[in-house]
Amino acid sequence: MSKKFMYVNRKAPYGTVYALESLEVVLIAAAFEQDVSLAFIDDGVYQIAKGQDTKGIGMKGFSATYNALGDYDVNKFYVERESLEERGLTEDDLMPIVYEDEDDDWAEKPSVKIVSRAEMAQVLSEQDVTLSF
Amino acid sequence: MSMLHIVNKSPFERNALASCLGHALEGDSVLLIEDAVVGAIDGSNFIEQIKVAMADKSVYVLGADLAARGMQENRVAEGIQVVDYAGFVDLAANNEKTQSWL
Repeated sequence: MSKKFMYVNRKAPYGTVYALESLEVVLIAAAFEQDVSLAFIDDGVYQIAKGQDTKGIGMKGFSATYNALGDYDVNKFYVERESLEERGLTEDDLMPIVYEDEDDDWAEKPSVKIVSRAEMAQVLSEQDVTLSF
Repeated sequence: MSMLHIVNKSPFERNALASCLGHALEGDSVLLIEDAVVGAIDGSNFIEQIKVAMADKSVYVLGADLAARGMQENRVAEGIQVVDYAGFVDLAANNEKTQSWL
């Protein structure tokens, strides 16, 4: 029986290795066909900021990988509104990540759901396993 | 005896920026690099604190670290100057000393 797995991402990408490590583990869990959700809280919202250009810092960018997660049935990206606001960001700053819904004639749908802090707390409470990065 | 202060941790996660601003003196320069750049975005919770500091200090942010996190230079709050790596070197050369706030 599949369990609900939640990956909590709270750090900006590139300054530390947490964001990349989280992404690697998400891909592993997806291969085992678990019910996977991702939460982006605090500086974690920067992980899915659009227009990430890492040429200048000489590191490999990995933001394009988030777009591929839909193909692994990873399509629940919960982003906390308050975290965006505290940082001067809006939903428009995020990548337009989508997935194809096999139960709806493969219609393209957004993976990103902007939720309030209270809603995020509710989502977090509904999980079987929580992995923190 | 001016000093260049370098901060590389997000102010949302650590108090390095707050501590740095509390210890930097008039005429000093503060450079935000790596995850610290998120504090320089206009509308972030830390802009007020940075603006107070800019009354008698200069604040800079490294452009390459902004770009890596998807932020264009026009998102940086007014008064904070964006520099490239050559600008980083100039800051290090033009101040007598440097201190990193890890």
